[in-house]
Amino acid sequence: MDGTTLLVGLAGVLTSSAPIVVATIGETFAERAGVINLSVNGTILLSAMGSFVVAVTTGSIVLGFVAGAFIGAVVAALVAFGSITLRQSQVAVGFVLTLFCRDLAYFLGNPFMGDQGPLLSVHPIPLLEKIPILGTLLFEHDVMTYFSFVLILVAWWWIFRTRPGLTLRAVGERPEAAFARGTRVNLVRYLYTIVGGGLVGLAGPMFSLSVKAGWKGTISGLDGLGWIVLAIVIFGAWNPVRAAFGAYLFGLLQWLSVVLQPSLKGIPSQVLQVAPFPLMILTLLLVNIGNAEWVDRVLASLPEPSRRVVARIFRALRVAQPRSLGVPFEHD
Amino acid sequence: MADSKTPSRLRISRQLWINIGLQVGAVILAFLVTSVVLLVAGAPPFQAYWEIAKGAVGSLSSFSNVLVAWVPLLLAAAGVLVTFAAGLWNIGVEGQIVSGALLTTWVLRALQDTSLSPALIIILGLIAGVVGGALWATLAGVLKTFGGVNEIFGGLGLNYVATALTLWLIFGPWKRPGIGSMSGTEPFPDQLALPTVAGLRLSLWSLGLAIVAIIAVYVLLERTHAGLRLKAVGLNRRAAFLLGVPTWQYGLLAFFICGGLAGLAGAVQVTGVYHRLIPSISSGYGFLGLMIGMLILYRAIWVAPVALFFAALNIGSIQLPIVLKLDSTLSGVIQGALVLLVLLVEGARQRYLRRARLRAMTVVPLPASAPGSPHPDLLPPALGAPFPPEAPHTDIPPSEAS
Repeated sequence: MDGTTLLVGLAGVLTSSAPIVVATIGETFAERAGVINLSVNGTILLSAMGSFVVAVTTGSIVLGFVAGAFIGAVVAALVAFGSITLRQSQVAVGFVLTLFCRDLAYFLGNPFMGDQGPLLSVHPIPLLEKIPILGTLLFEHDVMTYFSFVLILVAWWWIFRTRPGLTLRAVGERPEAAFARGTRVNLVRYLYTIVGGGLVGLAGPMFSLSVKAGWKGTISGLDGLGWIVLAIVIFGAWNPVRAAFGAYLFGLLQWLSVVLQPSLKGIPSQVLQVAPFPLMILTLLLVNIGNAEWVDRVLASLPEPSRRVVARIFRALRVAQPRSLGVPFEHD
Repeated sequence: MADSKTPSRLRISRQLWINIGLQVGAVILAFLVTSVVLLVAGAPPFQAYWEIAKGAVGSLSSFSNVLVAWVPLLLAAAGVLVTFAAGLWNIGVEGQIVSGALLTTWVLRALQDTSLSPALIIILGLIAGVVGGALWATLAGVLKTFGGVNEIFGGLGLNYVATALTLWLIFGPWKRPGIGSMSGTEPFPDQLALPTVAGLRLSLWSLGLAIVAIIAVYVLLERTHAGLRLKAVGLNRRAAFLLGVPTWQYGLLAFFICGGLAGLAGAVQVTGVYHRLIPSISSGYGFLGLMIGMLILYRAIWVAPVALFFAALNIGSIQLPIVLKLDSTLSGVIQGALVLLVLLVEGARQRYLRRARLRAMTVVPLPASAPGSPHPDLLPPALGAPFPPEAPHTDIPPSEAS
């Protein structure tokens, strides 16, 4: 493989990972506020189908993306209403919605299966595209890929460097303290859940109008990606930059499995298709095992020099979720 | 005393009626939502419901098919009730059905050419299914207990792994003579099938197994000490631990039982329904079992009727693509809407009760206080208290010490 194909391939990875990046950051926002939106998998399917149908019937690709974000926001609002206002289990509401949205997508999308839809076009950025290597890699993409780049930086800056970001983290970590300082905790949670849901909803049209163009029902290849998104949020330690890194890693591995398929003849295709899922479990194991009690005991029994090295590796990988994640806030 | 008893009993029964009314309201709302979905799809709602009803109970053979679908649903739902009781989200139940079916198929394949009696082979196959499901579930449990991997992700990932394993076996080592196909492995000889009622696909043996299983789970959860401890772990892990309940062991036990029941469902699908291993052997029954658990708000007594209703929806919607050109996922839409609205209505009821309690608390007449000074209840509780708080007085008054 020569340099140019490799470069184009890597640029393709950046595009194909863009929906995962956007959805992951959306979910990161919601979980930073303390709300797990478990409906991601169904939301992506429903918004992929809905935005495709809107784009096909109106002929407007912009309306398609608006519809996708709207669907994501509505589903997220339902999660927020069920878990914040009605105080039902976030997992229960999210899980039901993920199944409901999936079946709704398959049911309503049935007549549109296989239709030809509009496609997002590539807009190279003038001048910047001329930069060797970086130009091909970063500046020859469609609008939504540029959006995903910007979103990573803006989300990181928003969460860690601004006043509202501080409030967001406070609401997720110490809601009582935030409340005592005058923050309307549940309002903040509603807002970030809905905005985050809108971002998750954008991932749908990014698939159906760009990366995996069209709507093909159950063989669209989108079912399951939402769960990967949820796992990447954990791998990313609720930090947009680390989460984006995880999303790109996932995209890279998927690309490698396609590129290397001819030389991996011995491995059946079914195994390669589900490889992300055992990988997801292993990743979660790596980032969580440092929190387990028995690991501490084993570490303590290791001889000093190796103990320090192993402990440092675990500490670097280890993630700690927002303290009030999944816990309803009451202030009676 | 008799007088004071009557009104309270009356009030309880009125509360019960209100609850039943709310549940019925939730069901009506769910069908309204589904009707809107149907109208959006350009289909006549009432005709669609009529076709579903006809497809489910229109003939003896269609109703027997509902019972055939009821068996795995009942087993999966009974299983998840155990994990729900322990406060666990066993989303891996789908993969546990598959792994049960895998192990059953393996045992049947290995023993079908031996001289063992068919009945013994079937029994060994069913046991293998239970073991397969239980081990797959325990894997998710171990990942959670010792690896900190949330059971939702562990279980979900293992679902995909189990399905991939099935596909690989069907197209690889276990493929039909010639070429592997999506229709599954080579069917087993007739004597290795659970006996069915003449002319129907229903096996009374599997029906009996499912009914025994749900009764056993009900007894375990409601009538035994172990069930009580399991529920204690689910309600308050920390408190249960402090009271001496071995919490993670009980968590693993719940996974083990649930997986065993799910594996039995897989075994029944292989020996009683398909007589071979097919790619979609679990047919989504695991996820539906979870939905049933949520719909009945985790009360074991309601599993059987609700599972029967869900099975009827599934079987009834099979012919929708032919008669109305609608996708058969309509059953999933109805089931999802039902569970969602029951959850939301239950939440609204709890919210109303909470508000009513709060209102009742604020109506209490204010005790007299010095004019001009704010009422003590209106002040922050910590106002005026020394900080850091003083150690409580433990001194014994001298008069009593002597």
